[in-house]
Amino acid sequence: MDLVLNPLAAVGRGVLGACRTVGNAALFALEAVSHLFRPPFYGRLFLKAFLEIAYFSLPVVALTAVFTGMVLVLQSYTGFARFNATGAVANLVVLSITRELGPVLAGLMVAGRISASFAAEIGTMRVTDQIDALTTLSTNPMKYLVAPRLLAGALAMPLLVLVADVLGVMGGWLIATLKLGFVSSTYLKATFDFLQFDDVVSGLVKASVFGFIVALMGTWCGYNSKGGAQGVGGATTTAVVTSSILILALDYVLTEMFFAQ
Amino acid sequence: MSGPHDPPQGQPAAQPEASTEAVNRRAEVLPPNTTQASLLAAAAGVPKIRMRGVKKAFAGKVVLDGVDLEVPAQSSMVILGGSGSGKSVTIKSILGLVEPDEGVIEIDGVDVLRLPRRDREALGDRIGMLFQNGALFDSLPVWENVCFKLLAQKRIGRAQARDRAAEVLAQVGLAASVGDLSPSELSGGMQKRVALARAIAARPDIIFFDEPTTGLDPIMGAVIDGLIVDCVKKLGATAVSITHDMASARRIGDQAAMIYKGRIVWEGAAATLGHSGNAMVDQFANGEREGPIQMELRR
Repeated sequence: MDLVLNPLAAVGRGVLGACRTVGNAALFALEAVSHLFRPPFYGRLFLKAFLEIAYFSLPVVALTAVFTGMVLVLQSYTGFARFNATGAVANLVVLSITRELGPVLAGLMVAGRISASFAAEIGTMRVTDQIDALTTLSTNPMKYLVAPRLLAGALAMPLLVLVADVLGVMGGWLIATLKLGFVSSTYLKATFDFLQFDDVVSGLVKASVFGFIVALMGTWCGYNSKGGAQGVGGATTTAVVTSSILILALDYVLTEMFFAQ
Repeated sequence: MSGPHDPPQGQPAAQPEASTEAVNRRAEVLPPNTTQASLLAAAAGVPKIRMRGVKKAFAGKVVLDGVDLEVPAQSSMVILGGSGSGKSVTIKSILGLVEPDEGVIEIDGVDVLRLPRRDREALGDRIGMLFQNGALFDSLPVWENVCFKLLAQKRIGRAQARDRAAEVLAQVGLAASVGDLSPSELSGGMQKRVALARAIAARPDIIFFDEPTTGLDPIMGAVIDGLIVDCVKKLGATAVSITHDMASARRIGDQAAMIYKGRIVWEGAAATLGHSGNAMVDQFANGEREGPIQMELRR
């Protein structure tokens, strides 16, 4: 009997543990968001986090976008040439970049940079008593450390993705005109004629959600880290892995919401 | 649940009537953060801090097993005890960093565990804390660390804060130029001084010191102890320290208490440590291997 019940009990414990973790993360996010509407507000910390995400992540996101656009043109040209449909390359590139690749790849790049950075910084503050020190200095750590970062994540990512969209399309245009012999004006006309406002907006909404998730996972894992250097290292890894998986999972959910027929 | 004789929430417990003259007299010597309630409580002889039957367990492991402790106003209490005996959890419970499972913690006769969250946060304005490792914010320069509470509460502007930081740094024997450095550029002794400056900058009326001399050489330890005594006296504050360092305990403390297995097993004058007549305290204070305290070794 135990042979049957033990694995079931283990599965049950796992499910309960997962539910507890999701619940705790949701409560953490709710509390942090509630602080965005109650003074005092830490504008300086928001700007610092905003700059860290939007400005200092720009080089890595820009490079990712440019190369993705370039590769996408090459791949789609090879594929479409089999059906004499190379005229659709520009359309495919712009849709793929704005709807999917811009937000998802930028999200994954920022997850690696920012989630890790937030988790390591806040985790170190946790294990060196700096978070307790904030409380004794009459400062709510959620309001001071978490809320400004969540807001910065949600607002900075759309800007970053807007830049990534432009650079991704330009990367594609560069290869299409210089290597594949497309006429520049025709390629650009096909790009802008086919692009709709909703395509861009859906990508920016995704970016905002991903930015929030990246900041949430970084701060949550750091805030709950335990032990010393090993604990902080573990929190950093968990933050990056969890935020990356959540970005991919939420990308499906959001795409289903925006575009499912 | 409130009992029929409990005071209203946030009000001092029943106490002898205090005369206005006595209150005014005390107001002259107590720190600026002292409230009317604490003046009344002090004049009436109510302990500054009172813990009754405080219990706390973590994952089934009992850390505090009914702590009873009283700290009179403007006195300096040192809590002694071995590693894992519950010293840190005791002060974290008073600070509100740990929520006790049972018991009562009163400050100026007010049961702080029953206070609404906002009032409890406001209580923090009157409390300073020096952490064992300093816990300085390494993303901020020293002057912002020192005036963090004043800036966070917008009690002063940034320009004023620099002046106030220089003033407090001078009190702990540091030059104003140290204010522009990062905490990581300071030695251990200087970090402790900055942490002390941060603890006293907002002129609290209760200050906690967690192992203030740990990691310092004996001379620097004595210097820090001297600064602590001076600052506490100057502010007229109530101090609670936890330490393993007996020389430090005798220098800082007026009173001492020994915690063992989550209970206070002795209270007395700090000067008597080592010859208190209590076998546990004397074993601990003299660092003897043989005695009633047995080190628990995990097999």
